[in-house]
Amino acid sequence: MIASYHPTLSEYLAHNPGVEGHGPWPRVHLVTDTWLALISRLPLSRWDLLAEWADGDKVMAAIRDDSDGAVAVLSLTTQDGRFPSLSHGWPSASRLERTIADLSGLTADSLGDTRPWLDHGTWPVQHPLGAATAHKPGALPLPYAFLPVDSEGTHQIPVGPVHAGIIEPGHFRFTCFGEAVVRLEDRLGYTHKGTETLMAGADLERAARLAGRISGDSTVAYALAFARAVEAATGTVIPPRAHWVRAVMAEMERIANHFGDIGAICNDVAFSLMHAHCGWLRERVLQAAAACFGHRLMMDRVVPGGVSCDLDDAGTQRLRDLVRQLRPRFEELVTLYDSTPSLQSRMLTAGVVQPEWVRQWGTGGFVGRATGRSFDARRSPGYEPYSQLDFTVPVRNEGDVNARVMIRIDEVHQSLSLIERLLQAMPPGPIHTAIVSADAPNSGNRHGEGVALVEGFRGDVFVSVRLNANGTIARCHLRDPSWFQWPLLMAAIKDCVVADFPLCNKSFNCSYSGPDL
Amino acid sequence: MAMIQSLLAQGFQMMLVLAVAPLVIGIIRKVKARLSRRIGPSIFQPYRDLIRLARKDTVVAHNASWLFLVAPYIVFAAIWVAAALVPTYALGLIFSWSADIIVIVGLLALARFFLALAGLDVGTAFGGIGTSREMMISSLAEPAMLMIVFTLSLLAQSTQLSSIAHYMMTADVGLRVSCGLALLGLVMVTIAENGRVPVDNPATHLELTMVHEAMILEYSGRHLALIELAAALKLTLYLSMLTCVFLPWGIALNGAKLPVLGLGVLIYLIKITVASAVLAAFEVTVAKMRVFRVVDFLNFALMLGLLATLLLFVSRSI
Repeated sequence: MIASYHPTLSEYLAHNPGVEGHGPWPRVHLVTDTWLALISRLPLSRWDLLAEWADGDKVMAAIRDDSDGAVAVLSLTTQDGRFPSLSHGWPSASRLERTIADLSGLTADSLGDTRPWLDHGTWPVQHPLGAATAHKPGALPLPYAFLPVDSEGTHQIPVGPVHAGIIEPGHFRFTCFGEAVVRLEDRLGYTHKGTETLMAGADLERAARLAGRISGDSTVAYALAFARAVEAATGTVIPPRAHWVRAVMAEMERIANHFGDIGAICNDVAFSLMHAHCGWLRERVLQAAAACFGHRLMMDRVVPGGVSCDLDDAGTQRLRDLVRQLRPRFEELVTLYDSTPSLQSRMLTAGVVQPEWVRQWGTGGFVGRATGRSFDARRSPGYEPYSQLDFTVPVRNEGDVNARVMIRIDEVHQSLSLIERLLQAMPPGPIHTAIVSADAPNSGNRHGEGVALVEGFRGDVFVSVRLNANGTIARCHLRDPSWFQWPLLMAAIKDCVVADFPLCNKSFNCSYSGPDL
Repeated sequence: MAMIQSLLAQGFQMMLVLAVAPLVIGIIRKVKARLSRRIGPSIFQPYRDLIRLARKDTVVAHNASWLFLVAPYIVFAAIWVAAALVPTYALGLIFSWSADIIVIVGLLALARFFLALAGLDVGTAFGGIGTSREMMISSLAEPAMLMIVFTLSLLAQSTQLSSIAHYMMTADVGLRVSCGLALLGLVMVTIAENGRVPVDNPATHLELTMVHEAMILEYSGRHLALIELAAALKLTLYLSMLTCVFLPWGIALNGAKLPVLGLGVLIYLIKITVASAVLAAFEVTVAKMRVFRVVDFLNFALMLGLLATLLLFVSRSI
């Protein structure tokens, strides 16, 4: 065996028996020694951190091997509420572990950054998922210690959380030297809704509604990820037609959001023409969604066990017409985008993301794919019905704003043809099957744990669910793709001029509500 | 009697530019909206906005000094006077002897100076960013403007706009390369000085990219109304200057009778509408440039002005 050989994730975990009742991928319970051994292996491996969260006194980490797409969940029982930090192998673990400390009160040893992340000191309780002790009455929110900058001639620009436009709230602290950005630090958590706390004890119907409201623009992706996790936990097999209807909705959501993004990016450089036309295209998609599925954003249409509304013949015809109508119009806009030099001069070479950042942070979505990382959850690990469909994952290597726009354009083309093929080959049959809880008589269903990885328009949405015997939620964790995109935006804007930030920001279009939970 | 008449004519011009200014903004917004498939607000919306702002209370930062409070009045007064001096519908009005381009440039500089001070006064980050960007742009736009002024005054042997316009109407101008260069240069300066696309975006909601809007971010109520009106007046001034110098046809001459003056007003309104529409159409087709590209843009305008002047000298010496 040559010295540079590194085992794949499956090989590495092969000798550890998985925990019973966890699907679809294994969960391996580690002890502190094996957890530490794993951490020491990380710098050499191609394993990406998908998510890290706490469940009771256990800390869990979902890992994906980028070489073969294998996914595994690792768990560790914490000792006195402490566990070894993963942040030395994966910088992306830092914020996740700060969140664990805020929500569950478990602390990561040797974590470099121990500032609170989601908890601004304004919640009624501390550690809502852990001890849930009351905050001291009258305690004021602590001032957040932004990273210090020691240099002559720099000045700070605080931006947000209240912005001049109608966008989500987030605070950005620029340290500038004239117009050049020396450092940018973001502070989020302003839209914390306590979703994971609300999930605990909720029945499936309510929990599915909550999952669909984590980030409104990705409601289909979240509902789909949640539903798949519940189905994996209970071992439910849903009718094939449900998979296909779900995929149609997911692609509609992707197209609508990409149209919105492409227009908004151009509007940020005052090219309002593109914005207006893309807005029109987006509106067509939303109106078709309302006509076919009864809701413009298709909220609560994907439910555990299937979908809540079928696509009838009229709807199928309407979607076919929509695709036929959108294609030539979008083509014209792409030509306009490509042939406007003033637009190109802003987009090219702005906000460049380096390939090693994307690898280190395991960044998915258009941010990752615009920087050479071809990860798409529809392809790997893959799920129904995409495993039956042939499609390519567009990848570019430039990593600038233009690349992120071009990836979106390619994905719109891709999704339009996917919708056509989905409508073509959609199997008939029922669209829903009941989820039977484990304590129902002769149910045969397990009450267990399930995870799911689904490709939303921003990137991979990860959901983990643990069910009680009566079918209610014991613990549910939802990880937004933007957890691994925000820090790259902060890195990409360094050495750019302040005035380029809004453009770069829009090209990332990270979610605030998603990571704020 | 003649004195009263000429004072009335001048007074009418003052009121005319004041009345037309919000309309210019309204027309630009309307045309931009129509060109991007939107209906857009009525062209009279800017008037309603100004009335709404004027009725509202002003909110002033605790640490604002007297400068912050007086700046809107100074800015408005300086720009209004400047705008009222540029010939619109008639030449040879009673104050036209003072309608010297250099005076107008000076009045605009005065307004900008106070607006910049007001932007810095409260000490917010955005005021500072906006002011520093505005000063960068104006320090480059002003020399370009002056070179264009020199070209025109060399041609007409006068720095008075009224005389320049009169000279331009006579036949002995002919087709001159210098005029073309000066026209292009003046258009570029107009775009930069008025914060239009591609230099600045007047419709933006992005704090970090603003220039003019960032400088006045702290203003509200009637102060904001005055500054908005002043900005509209400034754009009207530049458009009037462009039309009176390069499209002087239809302007009533010295001592014209009332019907001719009326025709002059009508032609002026048509010219200003067309100019606004052209500006709007141009804005729809370009994206805003990077902040430091503005330097190249204005240097180009300066080079045009310089070239125009040089060409005049060369052609004269032959």
